[in-house]
Amino acid sequence: MSYTEHELEKELKEDKEYEYGFYTDVKSDTLPPGLNEDVVIAISKKKGEPEWMTEWRLEAFRHWETMEEPDWANVGYEKPDYQAISYYSAPNSKPKYDSIDEVDPELLDTFDKLGISLDEQKKLAGVAVDVVMDSVSVATTFKKNLREKGIIFCSISEAISEHPELVKKYIGSVVPPTDNFFAALNSAVFSDGSFCYIPKGVRCPMELSTYFRINQAGTGQFERTLVIAEDSSYVSYLEGCTAPSRDENQLHAAIVELIAHDNAEIKYSTVQNWFPGNKEGKGGVFNFVTKRGLCEKNAKISWTQVETGSAVTWKYPSCILKGDNSVGEFYSIALTNNFQQADTGTKMIHIGKNTKSTIISKGISAGNSQNSYRGLVKIDKRAENARNFSECDSLLMGNECGAHTFPYIEVKNKTAQVEHEATTSKIGEDQIFYCNQRGIDTEKAIALIVNGYSKEVLNKLPMEFAAEAQKLLEISLEGSVG
Amino acid sequence: MTLKDKLISSYLLFEENVDLESDIHKQRDEAIKFFVETGFPTKKEEAWKYTSLKPILKEDYNFFPKKEDALDYKDVKKYFIHDIDTYTIVFVDGIFSSQLSNTTHERIDACLMSSALNKDKYKPVIDKYFNKAVPKDGMVSLNTAFTREGAYIRIPKNITAEKPIQILNFSTGNQEALMVQPRNLIILEEGAETEIIERHQSLTENPVLTNVVTEVFVEKNAHLDYYKIQNDHTSASLIDNTFIKQDRDSSASVQTFSFGGKLTRNNLNFYQHGENINSILKGVTIIEGKQHVDHNTLVHHQEPNCESHQDYKGIFSGKSVGVFNGKILVDKVAQKTNAFQSNNNILIDDTATCNSKPQLEIFADDVKCSHGCTIGQMDEEALYYLQTRGIPYKEARALLMFAFANKVLSSVRIPEIKKRITKQIALKIGVELGFDA
Repeated sequence: MSYTEHELEKELKEDKEYEYGFYTDVKSDTLPPGLNEDVVIAISKKKGEPEWMTEWRLEAFRHWETMEEPDWANVGYEKPDYQAISYYSAPNSKPKYDSIDEVDPELLDTFDKLGISLDEQKKLAGVAVDVVMDSVSVATTFKKNLREKGIIFCSISEAISEHPELVKKYIGSVVPPTDNFFAALNSAVFSDGSFCYIPKGVRCPMELSTYFRINQAGTGQFERTLVIAEDSSYVSYLEGCTAPSRDENQLHAAIVELIAHDNAEIKYSTVQNWFPGNKEGKGGVFNFVTKRGLCEKNAKISWTQVETGSAVTWKYPSCILKGDNSVGEFYSIALTNNFQQADTGTKMIHIGKNTKSTIISKGISAGNSQNSYRGLVKIDKRAENARNFSECDSLLMGNECGAHTFPYIEVKNKTAQVEHEATTSKIGEDQIFYCNQRGIDTEKAIALIVNGYSKEVLNKLPMEFAAEAQKLLEISLEGSVG
Repeated sequence: MTLKDKLISSYLLFEENVDLESDIHKQRDEAIKFFVETGFPTKKEEAWKYTSLKPILKEDYNFFPKKEDALDYKDVKKYFIHDIDTYTIVFVDGIFSSQLSNTTHERIDACLMSSALNKDKYKPVIDKYFNKAVPKDGMVSLNTAFTREGAYIRIPKNITAEKPIQILNFSTGNQEALMVQPRNLIILEEGAETEIIERHQSLTENPVLTNVVTEVFVEKNAHLDYYKIQNDHTSASLIDNTFIKQDRDSSASVQTFSFGGKLTRNNLNFYQHGENINSILKGVTIIEGKQHVDHNTLVHHQEPNCESHQDYKGIFSGKSVGVFNGKILVDKVAQKTNAFQSNNNILIDDTATCNSKPQLEIFADDVKCSHGCTIGQMDEEALYYLQTRGIPYKEARALLMFAFANKVLSSVRIPEIKKRITKQIALKIGVELGFDA
């Protein structure tokens, strides 16, 4: 990426505190804080869900009560009080608009600030945006176009009422409600999320994307995404996050489930920029996410993530390579600055024959942050000729931060070929000197080097996302030098 | 009665029988208290995730063999490195065998832990070093509580030990099942140098559990070469806890050769307390059947300008399980650290399992740390190439395996050990090849 002098000057002058830190005042319909069976039933009722869904939630809730919050991750934080959180908040002006004109103008304004003007996106980028403001899906575009191809792209609550057979079949099939503490919590109280169904043989003509935003103070956000790609279909799904500045910690415990049937391919890209807390490490979002995909025969799931935000990140997008010849990929950049903590990585579970997986993880830690890679590569007894390549590199900036690598490799088949390598280093002084010589100041030089270091992953992102991600890396690193 | 309860109740009996200075007694008491709290490690603990002690803890072990069981030298000669002159410290069922040993107090001390613990002469040394390098840990505490015998080696300032020192632990199988807990203390004072060979060997098929703790102090500019040979019966289990504390400009190398045993757990820990230290950890593991070998290593870089090298190779066949769990910890002040870790494994059979967990925890920015780990199989093309040159399949395979392990073997500095190990590898692979040409 090249910069003009004008751009450079502009950026240096700007105060880059937290670009997207603002707060929209929309009246919300919020449940009082606390969590019990009544709250779960109330959420279900508010969303007008059928009985089986309520039961499903209750079952998850009952299981959650028996579970303990895990603490094995390499992060330290004050555990949230789950009874002090309000589990439901929805913008008051009830959704279901046919056209954008009906949408609350203040909301539209928010999206403008985020740089996702619906109209523009509609016209220019060809991206259908299912915008999630707090919990309820407010506007869905391009739905009609997608409908013609038989693609269902809607909010998960809509899917529950309109396509119950699909939801019933797939929800919890990859991430069961009993999977872990946060998955159980999410299953009990999930407010909304996206649902996507690609029929057999259909190649989704556009990138599907959802913007998540936490808005209401003191409300946790519990998203649930379900993507189903039928035989020989293809879909690329984008997810991007920004959240307003808040002083108290906000909890985000989402679930993403991907199901790729025979020969299908799902590409799931995330740019995560939740509020990381201020420079003193105060505030920020807790991001405890369970993401998992299931690959049937010849299927492929590719996770790409750029993680720059959140005070605490705890996230392991995984692939279960169940079908023969299936492929799993994981490309990640995790950047932590100030007092951020990230414990992220992936799990590749090889079950089918000739399964392949690739893991490229780039960690960058600056300031007082802690950045950990934690990954599992498991080759099952039946997984003949399984192949894995893992590479995790860490870059350290300053001597107050830490970079950690915890790879787990478990192999039970002799034909497996597993490689793992990891390096930890800092930016070479000669590299910076070289840039300085050519009139690039140190801060820019670092941005340049970091971009080069991250290129391998950035290249995997869809075009429009890549540019945004690159920008994000720069903003997040600002002030980490000298 | 579980083994834990049995150990705790026999502690009192044990205390009555050993007449020791009170401050050691205090340490024992603290240690047994700690063990009562923690007990044996379970798979729930991260460090023991892949190794379960359950199958070896259910035996009804005897802790106190009656008296010295005489062994005939010619029966056990093959377990000695006998073709070179060495100091030897031999224990039979945990009890010192004066007849088989060759100890010394000339220039260096290569003698017994029991006399070091009991004689006033050694009190300052014991006060300074005993139980000082170990962290709080269940298995270590258990050993501390029952500390009675082991090897005591002290190389004084600027002395190079003329001969290598062998520590041999035999179990006769005169007891149904035996649990021994040797405790070794090795001190290399400033500028000292030595080579040590350690071996645990049972002579029958009766179950044996050895929980050994070795504390090593490598002081300024001292150099240690330590070889651990583990080629025991498949009824014997070994939990080896080694803690090495290094001072500036020193170097220490530990090479572990694991070919035998039912369950072998090597807890190998290096603590670097000074600048310009080099730590070397190497291992070759070749196992089959239902054997289980777990290498759990830690290198803690606490000062700047230090190095560490780890290289572990494993070949696993049958239903064997290999575990590697290596950790490099670099403190904030340990700038310019150069740490390298490599773990390569070959799985011969589908029933074999390999679990590897190479970890880096780094808090300093100006470091060069890397690790690599591979799990794979024989290169079919290389095999084919050798076969086209008239080398039979079995031998070709053996050649490749030997080449795989050779990187570690090449750093063995005592030729006799190298010769024995290469012979052992050939035996393991089932070929008659002389690799040592």
